[in-house]
Amino acid sequence: MVFGDGVAGGVFLITGSVPFTEVLLASPGGGGILPLPEERQNMLNRKRPDSDELLRRIEEEERRGVRGKLVIFFGASPGVGKTYGMLREAWEQKKNGRDVVVGIVETHGSPETDELLSGLEELPRCPVTHRGIEFAEFDLDLALKRRPGLLLVDELAHANVEGSRHPKRWQDVEELVDAGIDVFTTLNVQHLGSLNDVVAQVTGIEMRETVPDSIFQQAHEIRLVDLPPDELLERIGKGKVYVPEQARRAKDNFFRRGNLIALREMALRSTADRVDAQMRQYRREHGIKHSWPISDRVLVCLSWSPHSPPLIRAACRIALGLHARWFAAYVEIPSRVLSEQDRSQLLRNLRLAEELGATVATLTGENAADEIIRFAQERNVTKVVVGKPRFFSWKERLFGSFVEQITLKSGEIDVLVTGGQDGSSPPESEEASQRPWFKADRVLAYLAATGMVLVVSLVGWLLFGRSHPTAVVMLYLLGVMLIALTFAFDHKPSLTAAVLSVLAFDFFFVPPYYNFAVADLHHLTTFGVLFFVAVTVSGLTRRVRAQADTARERERWTTALYSLSRELSGTVVTESLVDIGARHIEEVFDCRVVLFTTDATGQPTLVRGVAEDNADESSQQSSIIGWVLQNGRAAGLATGTLPNARGLYLPLTGAHGRLGVLGAIPADRKRFDDSTQRRLLEAFASQVALALERTILADETRRARIDAESEEFRSALLGSVSHELRTPLAAMTGAASTLLADDERIAEPTRRELLQSISDESDRLNQLVGNLLDMSRLESGSTDTNREWHPLEDIVGSALNFMDQRLAGRQVKVQLPEELLLIRVDAVLIERALVHLLENAVEYTPADSAIEINARVGEGAVIVEVIDQGPGIPTEERDHIFDRFYRLPASRSRPGTGLGLSICRAILKAHNGRIWVESRTGGGSVFKLALPLEDVPDEIGKQGLPEVSSRNG
Amino acid sequence: MAEREPVTSQSGPLVLVVDDEPQVRRFLRAALEGNGYRVVETETGHAAITQAATRNPDIILLDLMLPDVDGFEVTRRIREWTTIPIIILSVRGRERDKVEALDLGADDYVTKPFGAPELLARVRVALRHRDRQIGGPPEASFSLGDLRVDLSTRQVSLGRRTLHLTPTEYNLLAVLIRHAGKVVTHRQLLTEAWGPAYTSQTQYLRVYMRQLRHKIEPEPTRPRFLITELGVGYRLKVE
Repeated sequence: MVFGDGVAGGVFLITGSVPFTEVLLASPGGGGILPLPEERQNMLNRKRPDSDELLRRIEEEERRGVRGKLVIFFGASPGVGKTYGMLREAWEQKKNGRDVVVGIVETHGSPETDELLSGLEELPRCPVTHRGIEFAEFDLDLALKRRPGLLLVDELAHANVEGSRHPKRWQDVEELVDAGIDVFTTLNVQHLGSLNDVVAQVTGIEMRETVPDSIFQQAHEIRLVDLPPDELLERIGKGKVYVPEQARRAKDNFFRRGNLIALREMALRSTADRVDAQMRQYRREHGIKHSWPISDRVLVCLSWSPHSPPLIRAACRIALGLHARWFAAYVEIPSRVLSEQDRSQLLRNLRLAEELGATVATLTGENAADEIIRFAQERNVTKVVVGKPRFFSWKERLFGSFVEQITLKSGEIDVLVTGGQDGSSPPESEEASQRPWFKADRVLAYLAATGMVLVVSLVGWLLFGRSHPTAVVMLYLLGVMLIALTFAFDHKPSLTAAVLSVLAFDFFFVPPYYNFAVADLHHLTTFGVLFFVAVTVSGLTRRVRAQADTARERERWTTALYSLSRELSGTVVTESLVDIGARHIEEVFDCRVVLFTTDATGQPTLVRGVAEDNADESSQQSSIIGWVLQNGRAAGLATGTLPNARGLYLPLTGAHGRLGVLGAIPADRKRFDDSTQRRLLEAFASQVALALERTILADETRRARIDAESEEFRSALLGSVSHELRTPLAAMTGAASTLLADDERIAEPTRRELLQSISDESDRLNQLVGNLLDMSRLESGSTDTNREWHPLEDIVGSALNFMDQRLAGRQVKVQLPEELLLIRVDAVLIERALVHLLENAVEYTPADSAIEINARVGEGAVIVEVIDQGPGIPTEERDHIFDRFYRLPASRSRPGTGLGLSICRAILKAHNGRIWVESRTGGGSVFKLALPLEDVPDEIGKQGLPEVSSRNG
Repeated sequence: MAEREPVTSQSGPLVLVVDDEPQVRRFLRAALEGNGYRVVETETGHAAITQAATRNPDIILLDLMLPDVDGFEVTRRIREWTTIPIIILSVRGRERDKVEALDLGADDYVTKPFGAPELLARVRVALRHRDRQIGGPPEASFSLGDLRVDLSTRQVSLGRRTLHLTPTEYNLLAVLIRHAGKVVTHRQLLTEAWGPAYTSQTQYLRVYMRQLRHKIEPEPTRPRFLITELGVGYRLKVE
């Protein structure tokens, strides 16, 4: 059947009913020619929607659940009765008990409409003054406040007076819908953004007020209000139609019958498109795979052939002729490597299709026809356009060409075969000869094949006569097999070896010898069998080898992925995780990695690698990253989006959204042309995304736990502390008031005593407040450990100096190592810990008993001991004394908060050290602090500062 | 700056107190006036800068937390034109603030809460340093307990024993003597002993200070002269 030459430039239309197709269908079993793997078959047959589709559907439903419903009353021109229809429908809704409110409706003095309007609640309009003129505009805030169940907002395309919140009314409507309010509105087709120029061409009137198509597409429902042009003209004639201001001047031009017909067609078609979108959604929801021929969709199959452009243009014309959406698809076959030249031609072809308005897709699969058909079924394509093959290779003759396969599998999809070329994959011979980097290999392969036959012939010649000729035949087979095994990338060397083997066998071992003539015709059978077995064996061998290669490749992937995920699982720190991920990817793919993560506002921030510094590339990079984040798909090098970028950018997607973008900038631009490499990179990226998400969740959990703990801490603190705070305050207040009231009568010694007590108690209060502050700082983890190298001696000395007065009269023995002992600590904190221990010693041991401070290095730690000769701490209490607010039963009568030792523990913990208590032989306690011993950088011990020779001080 | 008569209660040194807490000001006024000083008070940073210029005080007590501009800025602005001693009133746990203020040119600090004796001692030290800067040749010798340093011959002795200090150690000691009684930050010490190129070598400084302490202190683990102010610097104790 010929599908009008004029339309598509010589297109053959083959449908399911054409005999040709039936003949092909009749050949045994649809999948019999090229057996499909079972898995693929299942996928093809499955009726359930796939998980991505399901997810998208759920998300969409969720969004719709929150948003209000927008119903657009849509018409071809003013006067068709949209407002009237809307009001009628509003009354219906009101009768059903809905809360209907009129936001703004212009009746333009039409009595019928006015009548409908009366009786509906109407929102007062909001006066907006612009250039001295007052306009009564729709009051958005009032509507949002009123929150009706259903709001009527006429004239979606209306432009608001300057000074309103949004410049356009459709933006008001969006806000209303977002707020969960259902809205009825009206729209004329000429206000649709995409049709703006078409309308201008048809009517000669340019519409300035347009509405983006997305509003139209996302509307819950489109109600088409249709009136035949003749009736409309009649109504206009009777003056029943209000004509908008800008159209009145051009009234005669606008309301011409031709215009009205064209506008009506556009309105009908737009509505049909919308219905089509709904249809697709219905199909998605119900998992319907086979196409429903409702509206045409065209798919063109293209390749890297230079003959593709005419095919693409033809497809474009077909699509335009049918007013159909169209797609262009290329099937990438993983086992096939394209030359640079082919690759750039392919990209040119894809770009051309995109420029001409096609939705471009790159599919991946071993069988091009299967992938095309699957894609066509998913997208509800009705017509597949393929190029007319120029010739068939022997393989295609044997196993069926692409065109034949696609026709066979197309089912109810029409297949259009046009002139041009693309129906067959370019023949392999042509393709192979175009691979320059394989040339050296190929020469080597043929040489090896020839050499192998010669060697086998020589060995055979040596054996000949001593064994049966079958042995020689076997040897030839072995040779062919070895060649096939060695040069698995191509079947031709092994084929050559097979042919040469037959010839050599004939020449050397079949009488008459050293001659290609054959005396006994029986030998011809032997040749035939030898050749056939050789070819079969070589084919099998190559396949085994290929499978082994694939397996090895897979194993390498698995190993690489495993080592990545193992290392990633070892860390919960975002920085190190990003570093691990990037390092692995850089190693495996020989590329430079840039990693961006999104912050709370979704803005990308560079966390690893160096951003492009060149201005052009930098702006391209940021636009790619923006695109990737928005669309959640890969972009850049080796993709359909901005393929001239230097790197390939992949989204890092977690369960809760996009976490960032990973960019890989390979040293070799061709690296990611190989789809297996791309997929491996994707696998790596998803591992990184997973790990990133884990750290984000871990962070959240940790923060929540800290919040809970500090809350608990605060309440415990208040309970414990209020008493401790009040005691010194009571003493101070008492002493001060006594002094104020009875100044005259108090004896001088008593006066001094009272003053002394005020001073002592305020010291105590100060100390308590200091402890509380330390504790809460340490608890919240916000102490910036200001760690530097300090001589231990400095810190001990400083602590003793601080305690100087309270230690007066005590014997204090200090024993530190002779040599310089440097520790990397926050000296102020460690000093606090020592001061707390010394205070405890002073407080709880007899006034004349000695206190010792020892330090030594042992077991990878610096151990500092504070030893007293007090009553000691019972064994069963030793675990508890470092707990917050815990106090020994014996000391509970004394003032104290039970915070000192817990502060010590927190300080040591912040330094990765620990504190514990042992008992001293001979009575008393030994408090031990262990701080991890770190390697002192060599230079600190000695030479950091030059020795000053003779500067005058 | 004019030469001043020795301190008397009628015309004692003028102290500018800058603190926004009335209680603190009241206490400071009582403590200072009781010891023969005259006191001017202000609450804000801007007023402090103006007062410093117009009243020409002998010493400034400056709180770091002020309602308008902070104490650092006040220090910076005052140091643009005068060397009036400034003593910072700070709180515990804000060592970095102290260092910053000292490096900006403040002379010393006291940690709140403090007693009157401590504050008065600091004020005396600061005034003494100011007087020494203004007039008279540098002192030829310095002694502290058993420690005696002859600044002209660079001889150091502890009791009867002559100490052998390396040139670096001696320089460090000389810097501390020059600021005796005042805290000297790491940066100041490094700049004065080695030069401005070495101001970040705090870690090495600590090692040298330990060596010095081992030589001049009878009991290095319980220092009497050379006090470490952790997180801030060092102080040669004089009183």
